[in-house]
Amino acid sequence: MLGRTLREVSAALKQGQITPTELCQKCLSLIKKTKFLNAYITVSEEVALKQAEESEKRYKKGRSLGDLDGIPIAVKDNFSTSGIETTCASNMLKGYVPPYNATVVQKLLDQGAVLMGKTNLDEFAMGALGSDTGGSTRNPAAHCGVVGFKPSYGLVSRHGLIPLVNSMDVPGILTRCVDDAAIVLGMLAGHDPKDSTTIQDPVKPFTLPTLTDVSKLCIGIPKEYLAPELSGEVRSFWSKAANLFESEGAKVIEVSLPHTSYSIVCYHVLCTSEVASNMARFDGLEYVLGDKEEEPLRTVSQNVNIGQKCHRCDINVSTEAMYAATRREGFNDVVRGRILAGNFFLLKENYENYFIKAQKVRRLIANDFVKVFNSGVDVLLTPTTLRGAAPYLEFIKEDNRTRSAEDDIFTQAVNMAGLPAVSVPVALSNLGLPIGLQFIGRAFCDQQLLKIAKWFEKQVQFPVIQLQELMDDGSSISEIEKLASVSLKH
Amino acid sequence: MAAPMLRWWCLGRRWVLACIDGGSRHGRGAAIGFTSSRKRGQTSVAQQPLITSQKSRKGEHEWAAVVGLEIHAQISSNSKLFSGSRVHFAAPPNSLVSFFDASLPGTLPVLNRRCVEAAVMTGLALNCRINKKSLFDRKHYFYADLPAGYQITQQRLPIAVNGSLAYSVCVGKKPSRVITKTVRIKQIQLEQDSGKSLHDELRSQTLIDLNRAGVGLLEVVLEPDMSCGEEAATAVRELQLILQALGTSRANMAEGQLRVDANVSVHHPGEPLGVRTEVKNLNSAKFLAKAIDSEIERQIHELENGREILNETRSFDYKLGCTMPMRDKEGKQDYRFMPEPNLPPLLLYDTESLPPGADPQQVINIDWIRERLPELPSETRERLIQQYGILPEHSFALLNEVGLLEFFQNVIKETRAEPKKVTSWVLNIFLGFLKQQNLAVNESPVTPSALAELLNLLDRKAISSTAAKQVFEELWRSEGKTPSQIVSEKQLELMQDQEALERACHTVMEGHPQVVMITCSTEGGFLGSRGQGPPSWPAQGQRQPEHSARSLSTAPLLSLKAQANKGWPGYIRSP
Repeated sequence: MLGRTLREVSAALKQGQITPTELCQKCLSLIKKTKFLNAYITVSEEVALKQAEESEKRYKKGRSLGDLDGIPIAVKDNFSTSGIETTCASNMLKGYVPPYNATVVQKLLDQGAVLMGKTNLDEFAMGALGSDTGGSTRNPAAHCGVVGFKPSYGLVSRHGLIPLVNSMDVPGILTRCVDDAAIVLGMLAGHDPKDSTTIQDPVKPFTLPTLTDVSKLCIGIPKEYLAPELSGEVRSFWSKAANLFESEGAKVIEVSLPHTSYSIVCYHVLCTSEVASNMARFDGLEYVLGDKEEEPLRTVSQNVNIGQKCHRCDINVSTEAMYAATRREGFNDVVRGRILAGNFFLLKENYENYFIKAQKVRRLIANDFVKVFNSGVDVLLTPTTLRGAAPYLEFIKEDNRTRSAEDDIFTQAVNMAGLPAVSVPVALSNLGLPIGLQFIGRAFCDQQLLKIAKWFEKQVQFPVIQLQELMDDGSSISEIEKLASVSLKH
Repeated sequence: MAAPMLRWWCLGRRWVLACIDGGSRHGRGAAIGFTSSRKRGQTSVAQQPLITSQKSRKGEHEWAAVVGLEIHAQISSNSKLFSGSRVHFAAPPNSLVSFFDASLPGTLPVLNRRCVEAAVMTGLALNCRINKKSLFDRKHYFYADLPAGYQITQQRLPIAVNGSLAYSVCVGKKPSRVITKTVRIKQIQLEQDSGKSLHDELRSQTLIDLNRAGVGLLEVVLEPDMSCGEEAATAVRELQLILQALGTSRANMAEGQLRVDANVSVHHPGEPLGVRTEVKNLNSAKFLAKAIDSEIERQIHELENGREILNETRSFDYKLGCTMPMRDKEGKQDYRFMPEPNLPPLLLYDTESLPPGADPQQVINIDWIRERLPELPSETRERLIQQYGILPEHSFALLNEVGLLEFFQNVIKETRAEPKKVTSWVLNIFLGFLKQQNLAVNESPVTPSALAELLNLLDRKAISSTAAKQVFEELWRSEGKTPSQIVSEKQLELMQDQEALERACHTVMEGHPQVVMITCSTEGGFLGSRGQGPPSWPAQGQRQPEHSARSLSTAPLLSLKAQANKGWPGYIRSP
């Protein structure tokens, strides 16, 4: 059951083959068995079981809320969840319990979804997993063999998503198949009065049509994406995919996105600047609740007593000195480095030379896409990542900046331009690890993009991971655990 | 360049004092409390810092001062600029705080339509060009009452630019002249207010109240076209009246709805401008002009003693009467401005550019707002002058007190008395009583109808003007009584029976032949020497017991007689 698609599970729930509570318990037990992976920061077991129970009541009364009722979901720990700790994996927000739900979380809960917990991320999502600023939905999806969809900027509300780069952040959707991503998109998309950057037009839930004929499509292959670092394996799957479209009658052409190569360095300036600004609110005093009796909005004080309650701070000099100490303590090196760089770029004497220039480069990058799409291309086909997933020891060899520069090489420019993109799993590598390819669509043509991705998904028949077997056979889990530890010792 | 010596240094009430004829202020000065001499005294004291027109002590050069202003006006709106929290003065601390105002992570700004409309209205009233596209920026600095670590403002492309504000100053001795001056308005920008820090020195704590955090502000930047504290104060006063007329801000300085920072520098005319200082937080009308003038004086003093002016931020110490450097503003601030990524550009339309079929809730039409602008203070004054024939300075005085114009117009509606008479009564007697007791117009115990009735009595000569003032005093003291009731209770009505009056006069005169003789021999006669004439005469008259009050009414009668007979002789002949 756990390996099935949303639609299959939904059907099983409706037919009574499984109850929401049983499903929830199965999930909780898998989470426990895979705890060593650190996938979750918070598992909201109690809340999940209660939600499942309520869902079950609805099913019994025949009053299901729809396809998502009783479906287990996980949310990255940078989405605000009312009453559930939201940390962004940062010391700065350790213990912060938001008093409200992000719009996207609320929409999922309104549909009856069961929230299992909050998933892990780099501190403030600077480089890994659910929301997508530079590829953080598509990259993990490619590595995990699932579908990772980044909607058009403005299609899905960011309200309640703790920001990294406001102008590029988008809530991302990770599902087993393209159809499921479409279902969730249908639930989430549309204007949110709480987010002024969302589109005004209403978006209704929709069923993704099945594409049978691709002969009228034009697929663009951006030549700049043939990077020297691209692994031979990924490159060959990319060619195979292009050939597949061509053999089915689609027009496949080489296109050029000349400014994409500047995307990462441009991103560095814009991202660090917005980060410096967004992180200004974290003074180490405000968000972490002290004693239970204390009001969420309490006094900020130069007094040691109150300082200690709010944060681990013994500074009694000045507000500035106190902030310096709490901020040093609250942020890790990567975040601090970005704040420093961002503030440097925003200084009056540097603003023109860095920030303004980066914005101009961003415009050029976005215009590249506009030109290509205006020339008649329907979607672009690219790799999602340079290679398959790296073993842990390989992964930690590189510093964060190099790593994210490499990780985001194919995904970043899409965020600069605000376009929709989806990573679809294609095949397993020699090591047996998944590889994904990316489709990039025109702005707000998310449905068309998913339609093409769905067709492609059907052709490649990616082998679904058999979680049920793992669940049933305890030895398999220990195998994995052993594997994991082997790779650590590697 | 040198500014003329202005006859008054501050706001409303001084204008009244400088310009209103004091003719009716006789006798009861102390009781009415129209202490012109005291206020005049203040005026002259305040003029001393006005060094702009003085030669420097060393004699070679004149100094000229250059003053620019940054004014923050809190927008009068139900909710805050970017959140749905209510806006209310003096609510319990932290009771009007949304998640956004407390800058909880993940919350986003949503622009308040009312605040945009208020900015457009204000921009139009100040002759600005309204930008059809404006942008929001973040201005970063760390302060405990700024929870996000940045303020959302409009630095690059504000909503309104290139306007002007005309204000009038009253110059010269009586008859004074009203001179209109203009200050250019650089821009008007929408921005968030900060919270409030309350410092508890005793426990070395800082307490934060976020009720004000996120309230909409209009920052109005006035170009350095002013040359002294008085001009600045008058310009601010005019802006205050405009904002109040528009309803875009309550602009009450005491409640912090209008806050002023001044940029001040001095130089020799014809030479480049001097280094400027910023005088912060001029939050009371009273100290605005004083602070600026004392800063001008300080700068001249520094320069004349061979020292330099530092580009620094200073605050006004109202106890010491001078400006002091602000310690917490030391060191260069770099606000690291950045576009606010969560707000799309603010687009405004006019009738021509309005997209067809646009949702009226989603668009703002500048022309629509322009057509609905209320009457502005300058137009009101012009109308008062045209409609009632009153003096320009009186039109200023009527607008200077909250509610005074409305009071005046209500009196006018119900009385037959001449508008000039009404003006004089409202501005001299009525306002004098209010000032003496420190009351606002709406706190007055005398209603417009009561004053109108009193003026009617006066107009049809049922009472003398002296008696009218007595009735007014009585009205002030005992609410609920009508003027007519008071007149009849106190037997203040004029004797209308000509013969009885004459008999009474004769009785008095016959009883005092010597006084009559003296009076008749005095050049100018009785009327011309009022107050300096025979000292015993009025006192004698008042001492007649059965006529104690009524005898006052003989003066007009006598005057009629005197005019008719070209003096006293005829009258003396008749008995």
